[in-house]
Amino acid sequence: MTKNLNWTRKDLIAIEDLKIEELETIFSLTASFKQTLSRSQKKLPSLRGKTIVNLFLEPSTRTRVAFEIAAKRLSADVITVTGNASSLVKGETLRDTAQTIQALNADMIIVRHKAAGSPYFLSRLLEMPVINAGDGAHEHPTQALLDCFTLREKLGDLVGKKVTILGDILFSRVARSNIWALKKLGAEVTLAGPSTLVPELFREFGVQVRHDLKSALDDADAVILLRIQHERQTATHFPSIGEYTSMFGLNRMRASWLKPDAIIMHPGPINRGVEIDSDLADSDRSLILEQVTNGIATRMAVLYLCAHAAGMKPGNP
Amino acid sequence: MGKEIKRINSTELHKAIDRIAESIADRHCDSSILSVVGIADGGISFAQALARRLADLIGKELPCGAVNTAFHRDDFGHNPIPKSFQRTDIPLNVEGATVILADDVLFTGRTARAAINEIFDMGRPERVELAVLCDRGNRCLPIQADYTGFVEDTTPEQQVEVVINIEDPAGDSLIIHEK
Repeated sequence: MTKNLNWTRKDLIAIEDLKIEELETIFSLTASFKQTLSRSQKKLPSLRGKTIVNLFLEPSTRTRVAFEIAAKRLSADVITVTGNASSLVKGETLRDTAQTIQALNADMIIVRHKAAGSPYFLSRLLEMPVINAGDGAHEHPTQALLDCFTLREKLGDLVGKKVTILGDILFSRVARSNIWALKKLGAEVTLAGPSTLVPELFREFGVQVRHDLKSALDDADAVILLRIQHERQTATHFPSIGEYTSMFGLNRMRASWLKPDAIIMHPGPINRGVEIDSDLADSDRSLILEQVTNGIATRMAVLYLCAHAAGMKPGNP
Repeated sequence: MGKEIKRINSTELHKAIDRIAESIADRHCDSSILSVVGIADGGISFAQALARRLADLIGKELPCGAVNTAFHRDDFGHNPIPKSFQRTDIPLNVEGATVILADDVLFTGRTARAAINEIFDMGRPERVELAVLCDRGNRCLPIQADYTGFVEDTTPEQQVEVVINIEDPAGDSLIIHEK
């Protein structure tokens, strides 16, 4: 397999910015890195001597840990700074925190922040690469990359494949990044959920919007479930969790509406018994844990490409 | 392509491959775990041609794989992102094996160094040897080939192009030319 790879970005801020060739470059490299995860010697020397700061100002388990493992697999040193353990609680601004991290000779920064646009702001301010690990309800690019990589592993080329994203679309950065990525890859995207969480406005993305679950799941090749994001909701968007589950929760009967070999994905954390029945989450059709594993290789690819584009030389700043 | 300095045709080129295969067979005829691994991309078809010839000489098929050196290169950040991601694919457990690393051209030695590191990520081979079709000099590292087809004096600016078509070798060639 020979492909021409191209990548010139020092930052990864949004899937919206990426060209299809750039997505292909990431997937190609992700596949190479995935292969290295099963070796007896798992560390590669690419980022030896580099320091990567994980600035996570919102809670996270899998993204933070996957970025840490990815950086360590590339031999970088990783330091994780979380919101309540940083000087931000003393009133320091994000700008000052980030510039301090750069002045401490870090080589790369991975940012998760509740404010949409904060990684973009930092990318203009800082010389070092900035990787968006989720900014408000804007984008979560590496999640969409690993989701699409996982989909392509199972479904092959995504052109014409029907992918339904079900749940809290309104507050979901994962949904936005996935919509951009899936559309660029040629998939037919349907958004589904209650009208309060899936506004008609989303049709502007070039996707279908459905509030009736049967028509949304009918004949789909894959369904991506999203968590109800209590922490972002400021008003009540549905009467109760129980009502949401009874109307939109995925169970065995509803999963039968999908294509027979359709796959079920979820970026996690899952709320068992709310957006998905527990046994379905553990079934053969569920790729939830596969997504987590692919998240390491995807993030290795992103760190590698952005470091490369920033012109990092081994052992030199 | 700049001015052509030297051309080696298919007949001479395959005679060289035969000679290399015979030397490997002499030395390793009783090795139980022997494999040929081509360095991507240029060394892959050379490795395949070598493995095919060795199979005739030894009387059994040999595992033939590819090794990608991208993740172990020492020019990260200097050079553009590699053009190809032909994945490392070694179809045997390298632990305790004899691996013949094959490349079409040996130049600075940096690629061979990276390929050795990549192989050691899979395990600890008993022995790694290097077979090259053309040693063009200009080494920057203390690396020498164990089996060499042609030794050519070149300047760093000149280019060496090797074409090996495993299914249709009539047009195979090795050309040295100015940039």
